[in-house]
Amino acid sequence: MKHSLMKKTVGTGLAFSLGMLAQGATADTLRLLTWSNYAPEKVIEMFEAETGHTVEVTSSNNEEMIAKLRATGGGGFDLAQPSQDRIAGPQAEFGIYKPIELDRIDSSQFIDSMLAATKANTTVGDDVYGVPHIWGTSGLVLDTAKAGMVKDYTDLCSDEVAGKVSYRLKRPTLIGFAYAMGLDPFAAYGDPAAYTEIMEAVEAKLIECKPNVKTYWGGGDELMGLMRSGEVVASMAWDTGGWKLNGDNPDITFVAPASGALGWIDTFVLPAKGKADDAAYDWINFVMRPEISAMITEAAGNFTASAGADEFASDTLKAQFQNSFPPEAIDNIKWYPPVPAGLETIEGGTLDRVKAAN
Amino acid sequence: MRNQARLGFYLLLTPLLLWLGLLIIIPHIDMALLSLRERVGVGRYASSLANYGTFFGEPLYMWTFARTAMMSVLATVITLIIAFPVSYYIAKMAKGRTQSALFLLCLVPFWVSELVRTFGWMILLRETGLFSSLLQWAGLADGPVEMLYNDAAMMVGLVYTSMLFMVVPLVTTLESLDDAVIEAGYDLGGSGFSVLREIVIPHAMPGIVSGSIVVFMLSLGNYLTPTMLGGKDSLWFTELIYSQFIVRFNWELGAAFGFMLLFLSSVIVWGTLRLTGQTLEKTMG
Amino acid sequence: MATDLDCNTLTKRFGDTTAVRDVSFSVEQGSFFSILGPSGCGKTTIMRMIAGFLEPTGGDIRIKGKSMLNVPPNKRPVNMVFQHLALFPMMNIAENIGYGLRRAGLPKPEITRRVGEVLERVNLPGIENRKVDELSGGQKQRVAIARCMVLEPDVLLLDEPLGALDLKLREHMKIELKALQATFDTTFVYITHDQSEALVMSDQIAVMNGGVFEQVGTARDLYYRPDTAFVAGFVGDSNRWRGKVEQADGDRIALRTAEGLLINSATQGRDLRPGEEAEIFLRPEAIRVAHDSADLAQFDNRISGEVSSLLFNGAASRILVRDEIGEEIEVTLPQSGEFANLAKGAPVHIGWGGDQTTCFASRG
Repeated sequence: MKHSLMKKTVGTGLAFSLGMLAQGATADTLRLLTWSNYAPEKVIEMFEAETGHTVEVTSSNNEEMIAKLRATGGGGFDLAQPSQDRIAGPQAEFGIYKPIELDRIDSSQFIDSMLAATKANTTVGDDVYGVPHIWGTSGLVLDTAKAGMVKDYTDLCSDEVAGKVSYRLKRPTLIGFAYAMGLDPFAAYGDPAAYTEIMEAVEAKLIECKPNVKTYWGGGDELMGLMRSGEVVASMAWDTGGWKLNGDNPDITFVAPASGALGWIDTFVLPAKGKADDAAYDWINFVMRPEISAMITEAAGNFTASAGADEFASDTLKAQFQNSFPPEAIDNIKWYPPVPAGLETIEGGTLDRVKAAN
Repeated sequence: MRNQARLGFYLLLTPLLLWLGLLIIIPHIDMALLSLRERVGVGRYASSLANYGTFFGEPLYMWTFARTAMMSVLATVITLIIAFPVSYYIAKMAKGRTQSALFLLCLVPFWVSELVRTFGWMILLRETGLFSSLLQWAGLADGPVEMLYNDAAMMVGLVYTSMLFMVVPLVTTLESLDDAVIEAGYDLGGSGFSVLREIVIPHAMPGIVSGSIVVFMLSLGNYLTPTMLGGKDSLWFTELIYSQFIVRFNWELGAAFGFMLLFLSSVIVWGTLRLTGQTLEKTMG
Repeated sequence: MATDLDCNTLTKRFGDTTAVRDVSFSVEQGSFFSILGPSGCGKTTIMRMIAGFLEPTGGDIRIKGKSMLNVPPNKRPVNMVFQHLALFPMMNIAENIGYGLRRAGLPKPEITRRVGEVLERVNLPGIENRKVDELSGGQKQRVAIARCMVLEPDVLLLDEPLGALDLKLREHMKIELKALQATFDTTFVYITHDQSEALVMSDQIAVMNGGVFEQVGTARDLYYRPDTAFVAGFVGDSNRWRGKVEQADGDRIALRTAEGLLINSATQGRDLRPGEEAEIFLRPEAIRVAHDSADLAQFDNRISGEVSSLLFNGAASRILVRDEIGEEIEVTLPQSGEFANLAKGAPVHIGWGGDQTTCFASRG
C-alpha cells in the first residue's frame, strides 16, 4: 500500500515536472461535462500521462448540460460539450460560457469547413464560443426485413408498422417530421409566428400518429433494448445507434430519411466560471490529434472534426457509414442552425400537448 | 450550570435550524421568487403572476395535475387494500422469526435502487418479457402480449414502490392492539367483518392515515415509475416540472408548477384529514 | 339441581404437551365457580375452550345441555371478562356496552334503554358518554362486567380480572363481584391464582395442577379437608414436614421427620403403613402456645423452644418457634393479648392435637 502510494507520488511528480518543462504551465484537474463515450478511459490515461492534468468526467446530454451550467451560473465544470445549435441562445440568455481564445487552439487539426461553420454558429457579438468536436446525424433505424417500406419519418405512421415504432418526444422529432411533411422549420427559426404554424401542423400529425407508437424512448439503452427484442422495428434515432445494432443483427441499420438526415455537431465550450482553462485547451488540442480522434470515434461510433482521422478509423465503421450515406444523402444532411432563445417554449407546448393527447 | 444547559440547547437546535433554513426555507423562498418573474426579453425579467396564469389558463396542465392526483389516490387505495391484510398477518398472526422474516421481505425491494426495481418490472411486463412468454407457453395467448406502457403497469409499479411505507405504520399500530380486544369483539357476538369494521380499523386509523399520506405524497412526487412504465400516455405532473426545468430552460414556469404541486397536494391531504375526522397531531403522535 | 355448564373428559394437547387432561366438572345454575391454580396449570386453557377460542382435543363442553363443540365464540351463550378487561378504547362507555346488542341487531332505543339499565345495576348510572380512559380501575371493572351481562349470557367467564388492581381495591372488588353475581343471578366461572379471591367469593372451587383437577369442593372442604398434598400446601398456610411412618395404630400414626422430630397424627382414613414416606401439614392457627408446659397436657404433640422471629401483622400476627432440634415452626398468636409482649429469644411451649394435622403418603 505504502509502496504503491510512493510510486504514485513519484509518478505524479515526474509527470508534473515534465508538464512544467513541456508547456510551462501548472497541472490542473479538468472537470469535463460531456456525453458518454466521448472521453474513453484509455484516452484519459494517455492525456494524464502526457500533461500531468487529471480528468473528471460527468456524462450528460444537451439539456442537462445547460441546466447544470445555468444553475451555477457557468461554474462547476471547466469544459463542456453541448451541440453547436445550443450555444448562442443560452449564452445570450444566461451568459454561461466564456469566449474561446482561438490562438490557443491548433486549428490545423480541424477540418476547415466544419471549424468555420461552427465558429459562425456560435458567435455572439464579436466572440466565438465553440469549436467542433464530434458530428453525426439523426434519422431512421430500421429492421429492414420487417420495415423496409419506411423511407421517411412520416412513414412511421403507416399501418404496416402500427404498434411497432418509437421515437423520442423531443425537438429533433418535431424538426424531422416538419421536413418530412414538406415544411422548412429551420427557415422559420427567426419568425416565431411562422414557426408556431409549422409546429401546429407537426403537432396534429404526431397526435394522429400516436396510436402507432409503442412508447416514446428516453435513452439510448432503452431504444437498443426495444430494437434488439424486435418489439420495435422502426424508430427515429442517431446513426451510431443503428450501426451498433447492425453489428448484432445485419437486418437492422441506420437509414437517412428521404427528406434528409438532421446533422448535429457537438462542440467544445468553456463554462463562464471554469477554473482550468489551460487544461481545457490542452484537452482540446490533445483529442483533436488524428490518432486520438480515431480512438474516440471507435468508442463513440461517430466521426470527429479532426482532419485526417479517417485514415485511422476502422473499416467496419467506414463501410457502415457508406452504406447509410450514399453521396447524395450526405449532401442532403440538414445541419441544425443555432436555436434562438425562447424557441423551446413554443416546442415545449407542442410536446406537452402531444404527450397529453389520447 | 445554567449557561451550560443553554449552550447544550443551542447546540441541539443548530442542526435543526440549519437543516430547515438551508435545505427547506431558503430554497423555497428562492423558488417562490423565481416563480413570480416572467421573461420579457433576452436575459430580461419582470415580476408577474404570468406563470400561475399559464397553469390555470392551459387546461392541459390542470388536467395533468388532476390525473396525477387521481392516480395517486387510486395507488394509495390499492396499496392500502393489499397492505392491510399483509400487515395484519405480520402483526397479529405471525410469531417470532416468521414475523421478522416477513417484515424483512417487505424491505427487500428497497435494497436495490428505484431504477433497478422499475427495470425489473419492465423485464417482466414487456412484450418479449417473462409474463408474456409464460402466457404463450401456457396456451392462454396466441401471440406476444404487451403489458407495459399503460396505466395498469404504472399502477403496479407505484403500488410496489409504496408498499413498505404503508406496511410499516400499519404493523406498528396493529401491534399495539391487544389481542384480547379482538377476542372480546368475537366473544360479544361480533362476526369477522364487524370486528374488522368496528374494532380493528378504528384502532388502526392513525396508521392508515399516516401511511396513506406518505404513499400519496410519494406517488404524487414519483418521476421514474410513471415515465418508465407508463409509456407514451403516462403524463405525470413531475414530468412536466422536470421538462420545464431541464428541457425547456423555463425555470420560472417549473417553479410555479412546483408550488402548485405543493399547494394542491397539501389541500388534498388537509381535505382528506377533515373528511375522515383525523388530525395530523393524532396521526403523528 | 340444574347445571349450566358441564365439561366432560375435556382434554387439550399442544403438540407433545398436554395442557388439560381428562377434566370433568359441572357448574350449578346461578353459582360462583372458581378454578384455582398456579400459573401454567391449564386453567386459562379450560376457560378459552369454554369461550370458544380454543378447540378441545377431546371431550365435550355443554352449556344448558347443548354441546358447544364447533360453535364459534360469537355464537356461544357465554361471555368473558378479560384479564385486562379489553374494553374497546375507540368507543365510549355506551358504545362499549351496546356493542353486543348492536351485533344482535336490536333497535336503537332498546339498546339505549338496556345500556342505561345495566349501568344502573352496576351502580354507574349516567356515565354513557364518558371515554374508557376517564374511568378508574374499579369503574372499568364494572363496565366490563356490564358489557357482558347486558347480553344475559348463561355463563360469565372471568379471567383473573382483579389481577391489575391495587390491593385495597382488590379486596373491595371481591365483595362487590360476589354481590354483582347475586344481583344478576348468573353462573360465574372465575379463574385465579389468588386463593383468597377464590375462597372469599366461590360456592365451589376446583384446585387445578398440572392439567388436572386435584379437588373440587367448597372453600371449607379445601381448607380443612384437603384431598391431596398439593391442595393442602396450596390453599392456606401450613407447617409442612416430610418423614417416615414409625408406628401405625388404627387411625393414628407416628411420623419421624428427617430432622428427627416425632409427630403424632390422625390418618383421616388414609392407609399408611410403618416404613412409608409421608407428608404432614399443620395450620399455624391449630397450634396452642403456652408459657408453662403443664397447660398443654391435653395435646399429644408438645414441643418446647424459643421465639426465633416475631412476625407482627395485627390480628394475624405469628411467631416462629425454634425447637431443640433447630426446626422452625410457624405459630399464630392468640388474639387475647396474652402473648403481646413476647420477645425474641423468650422460651415458649407449643402443642397441638393429632387430629389437627393432615397427612398424605408421599408421591413418588
